[in-house]
Amino acid sequence: MSDLAIRVEKLGKQYRIGATQPGYRTFREALIDGVTAPINRMRGLAHTAEDRAIWALRDVSFEVRRGEVLGIIGRNGAGKTTLLRILSRITEPTEGCAELYGRVGSLLEVGTGFHPELTGRDNIDLNGAILGMRKAEIGRKFDEIVAFAEVEKFIDTPVKHYSSGMHMRLAFAVAAHLEPDILLVDEVLAVGDAAFQRKCLGKMGEVAKEGRTVLFVSHNMTMILNLCRRGILLDNGRITASGPIDEVVERYLSSAVPATLIGRLGGHARDGSGGIRFKEFGVTDDQGNPWLHPNRPAIFRMTLETDVQGLHSSQVTVAFAVSTSFGERLIEFHTKFDKEYQSEGFVFGKTTNLICRTSEFPLKPGTYYLSLYVDCNGELCDRLKDSMRIEVREADYFGTGALPSSSTQGWLLLEQRWRRD
Amino acid sequence: MRAAIEETIAQKTDGTVSLVQAPEGDAERGIPTLIIRPSRGWAALDLAELWHYRELVYFLTWRDIQVRYKQTALGAAWAVIQPFFTMIVFSIFFGWLAKIPSDGLPYPIFAYCALLPWQLFAHSLTQSSNSLVANQHLITKVYFPRLVIPVSTVLAGLLDFLIAFVLLIGMMIYYGMAPTAVAWTVPLFVLLAIGTALGVGLWLSALNVQYRDVRYAIPFLTQLWLFATPIAYPSSLIPGPWRTIYGLNPMAGVVEGFRWALLGTGNPPGGLLLVSVAVTLIVLLSGLYYFRRMERTFADTV
Repeated sequence: MSDLAIRVEKLGKQYRIGATQPGYRTFREALIDGVTAPINRMRGLAHTAEDRAIWALRDVSFEVRRGEVLGIIGRNGAGKTTLLRILSRITEPTEGCAELYGRVGSLLEVGTGFHPELTGRDNIDLNGAILGMRKAEIGRKFDEIVAFAEVEKFIDTPVKHYSSGMHMRLAFAVAAHLEPDILLVDEVLAVGDAAFQRKCLGKMGEVAKEGRTVLFVSHNMTMILNLCRRGILLDNGRITASGPIDEVVERYLSSAVPATLIGRLGGHARDGSGGIRFKEFGVTDDQGNPWLHPNRPAIFRMTLETDVQGLHSSQVTVAFAVSTSFGERLIEFHTKFDKEYQSEGFVFGKTTNLICRTSEFPLKPGTYYLSLYVDCNGELCDRLKDSMRIEVREADYFGTGALPSSSTQGWLLLEQRWRRD
Repeated sequence: MRAAIEETIAQKTDGTVSLVQAPEGDAERGIPTLIIRPSRGWAALDLAELWHYRELVYFLTWRDIQVRYKQTALGAAWAVIQPFFTMIVFSIFFGWLAKIPSDGLPYPIFAYCALLPWQLFAHSLTQSSNSLVANQHLITKVYFPRLVIPVSTVLAGLLDFLIAFVLLIGMMIYYGMAPTAVAWTVPLFVLLAIGTALGVGLWLSALNVQYRDVRYAIPFLTQLWLFATPIAYPSSLIPGPWRTIYGLNPMAGVVEGFRWALLGTGNPPGGLLLVSVAVTLIVLLSGLYYFRRMERTFADTV
């Protein structure tokens, strides 16, 4: 019992679509509802509250030990943020209960309450107070915060004159110096440049090492794997997996991405203007198998569709990128990288098939993810991030029977010659 | 190793105020325990928690003050300009043209002395009613007792009042009027004014979260309320027996109190003031309970 930091039991949160979707009701609507609802009810037309309600979270139970860092993963809308919002008391659960033992700090957004007209100094005070720090505590950590954010020279300048990077750094610095026993963090480390992200990650690692309990929501699997030892996977408001973090991440990645190699691209989260878009995308080896080998050609076939007439190939760039299951980008294939394609030139029809071949696919056997992109005149038209899974099967690439085994040996294979010199 | 970690945690949490005591378990070890479950019906006021967050009240008040006149050319002079020019307009139309009596006082100081608490009230009411919607980015991202927001907004209005008050002192010197022996009661009337503003503001801000009609109703409401308050005219115009009922408008009590305490008009506002205080207490308490009841849905509906 005394070892426990958080206990969550059968937690559920229901939203009424009618109440949340239109944003807010006007008084008139409430009046009309008040008059018509009893009449409808009499006539048996009442839609009960149940069928207009959705459960953003249902039946969620878990425990977190003191000093443990728990990763919470899931797709957008799976209920991760709702869970953190309930635990940080911003919103109330509809059912169930949660017990938290220790001072709770939550970080659902970086820079909450920053005011553009106030100086960096004033914003540190204000933001600290909003996050629940005492005045004395802020004063004690002030120099440390300023140094961490690297804004010493601008501390008395209103933050509206800050660059967005400085703004983010300062905001994170305040938050990072919050010292609660239980820290709830939602996707806030995805700010700033790579160097600052590394610094943030380091700071989060420190927080974890100091024995604080952390609940960490992120889409960045590398960060999750680095920081957490245990995780839970949410899907549609329910816990679908929990346990050691690598198992949960693996489960998430395999559920997030369909295992088919050739297929229609529907139902994926995608963005872009849609002026020209992917219709189909397929990957095969040179024998038509839906998998690849490091030492054999890879063939990528794709169908693009557009409603725009006379789109010339020089205006359109098509690309796809290969990432590891840890989210690291390995290689990008791009129409700009092929001189012959560039000089050929053609006009896109209503549907156009493209094909991209490589002589081999020298990646370590394993599972990889494809992100697809198409731009037109520099504007993003369609993007499907990590939307396809490809499998690279084992093959005797080096002719020695040896292959890199773990991820510590890297991802790429390259033919190599060793001699005594 | 585990024991050492626990020890440091126990040390760190020592002395922090516990929010909700667990029925059993860690409570005696001084670890703050928080139990979250759906609440039903009316919530307790829990003013202790508001007190616990007093530093946040201070910082938000101070932010509102700092930011208010940023990037204005006239700055804090606005705090004086508004009541001053209203006074001039009132003096011309009501005092000079309509010849409305002013209890034997020069009309300008008669009007200004009433406009002071009125501006404080109207400003606090408007600002606090819009405060939750204006701070929705805070409400949806971080927890604190939501009362902090309207309370700090009302407090921030006091600075304008103090600045405008200086002009009243100047006018009293100009007209050769000495403060009465009961001038010390002025802060009590100020308290009554902001109590009323907060009470109404709590109702309206909570309603505003769900019904944005409130935003449009407020200017209308304050305008009507202005004429229902003895600012341009003395309450002695109201027939005697009705005067106590007039106190149902707490601002009538405040304005009468101001004139009595500073300018020495009439009798101490007895019955009228009692009614005003009672009304204010009812509005404030009911506002607090209503606010606390609605508070739990703010983040979902705002």
